[in-house]
Amino acid sequence: MKNKFLIITVAVLISSSSFGQKYFTKTGKINFDATTASSPEKIEGINRTATCVVDTKTGNMQFALLMKGFEFERALMEEHFNENYVESHKFPKAEFKGAISNNEAVNYSKDGAYIIKVKGKLTMHGETKDVETDGKLVIQNGKITATADFNVLLADFKVSIPGLVADKVAKTAKISVTCSLEPLKG
Amino acid sequence: MKKLSFFIFLLLFLFSGISVSAQDEDLLKLVGEEKPTKEITKYAFKSPRVINSHSMEFLNPGTMDFRILHRFGPLDQGYKSLFGLDQASMRMGFDFGILQNLMVGVGRSTYKKELDAFIKFAPIRQSKGPWSSPVTLALVSGMTMNGLDWADPSRKNFFTSKLGYYFQAIIGRKFSEALTLQVSPTMVHNNLVPLQSDPNNIYAIGVGGRIKLSQRIAFTWDYSHVVVGMPDSGYYHPLSVGFDIETGGHVFQLHFSNATGMNERAFITETTGQWGKAEVRFGFNLSRVFQIKKKKHSKHADK
Repeated sequence: MKNKFLIITVAVLISSSSFGQKYFTKTGKINFDATTASSPEKIEGINRTATCVVDTKTGNMQFALLMKGFEFERALMEEHFNENYVESHKFPKAEFKGAISNNEAVNYSKDGAYIIKVKGKLTMHGETKDVETDGKLVIQNGKITATADFNVLLADFKVSIPGLVADKVAKTAKISVTCSLEPLKG
Repeated sequence: MKKLSFFIFLLLFLFSGISVSAQDEDLLKLVGEEKPTKEITKYAFKSPRVINSHSMEFLNPGTMDFRILHRFGPLDQGYKSLFGLDQASMRMGFDFGILQNLMVGVGRSTYKKELDAFIKFAPIRQSKGPWSSPVTLALVSGMTMNGLDWADPSRKNFFTSKLGYYFQAIIGRKFSEALTLQVSPTMVHNNLVPLQSDPNNIYAIGVGGRIKLSQRIAFTWDYSHVVVGMPDSGYYHPLSVGFDIETGGHVFQLHFSNATGMNERAFITETTGQWGKAEVRFGFNLSRVFQIKKKKHSKHADK
């Protein structure tokens, strides 16, 4: 009896340490696209310095990025993005805090591709909204590549589009995420 | 035995409690905060010009600013010439952003058919983070060339007589999103002046600023005080006040000014209007920025 409990305790401790692995990146890519059919040019920016941490034990997933880190092909678009739309001087950061809801379906110790469901809260421009999306995890040689595409309604985040350009900027922006995660040591 | 099993259950319970609370932990803290990096304070003005004067702001590298400037006639002409709108003087200019802190430009004004060109460089830019500076220091050097025919073709004329130069230092600070102020000591040199008593070198101090009223509208002013070399009569210190209005790709600068000239030599040394006598003109600057060299950008390029 005594032994049984000991074994259970040890097993719990071992399992929690072996599955407690966390993965991270500081060079995650987040692409932002608000182009519509009537846009005179591509309205698209990319941020290559997003931080992302995934806890494989709990399935928790968090992202953070600096809004000023979005790069646009046209400097003027970048200026308008920062100055007039997302007001990055007032709201410098965007964050996502959530979890992989089907985390038990992913075997992190085995190479393979898994479709995941991610649910959480996205904070941007001072507003927080629930976001839910499907994504993909590819596990290969102890590294994880995470990708996801989802849409956000700009009005949800109080990003206002002036009437003059209302038909040239999409009301929903398409967000694409690509992160190559490496094991977090320590 | 029972005591032990209870203890172990308690342990397990506590343990599970820890792992539940761990779900709320801030994972991002684990990777550490980003080191602060030096960041240039941008967007001090909507445009590289306050109204007439150069501003502390620069064009982005790889962009061209096509500027069309209009100055109408004085308001005191009244209704007969629609408060000055019947006559107009203009300057067309092309400014190029080369580096974050280097730009050049050329322009031509109808006033004296004058060509002008300048180079503007900022050795110090206002920034945040390590090794930052609270102000921007920008240096401008410009040249003008009068395009009119010689007043007296019979005498011996020198090409250099058509030329003028100006040198300016701009010290500016964006105090907040709403307020930007700058001071700009300037020297203008005319190779040839009309009268022997007129000085060739004129020194002035410019004071300009911006108060942002909304995301897309700002109140601006631009004044140059001629300190040394102001002729005894007939000339005044140029003062312009106006609004910057940003509409997508354009910036409209609508203003009132007692100056007609649209380059430094002309508006600092040859302003003949007087604010007190309503010899003020309506004018506008239209600025359209084109991206002529695209930044490297491709979606998931190194996926």
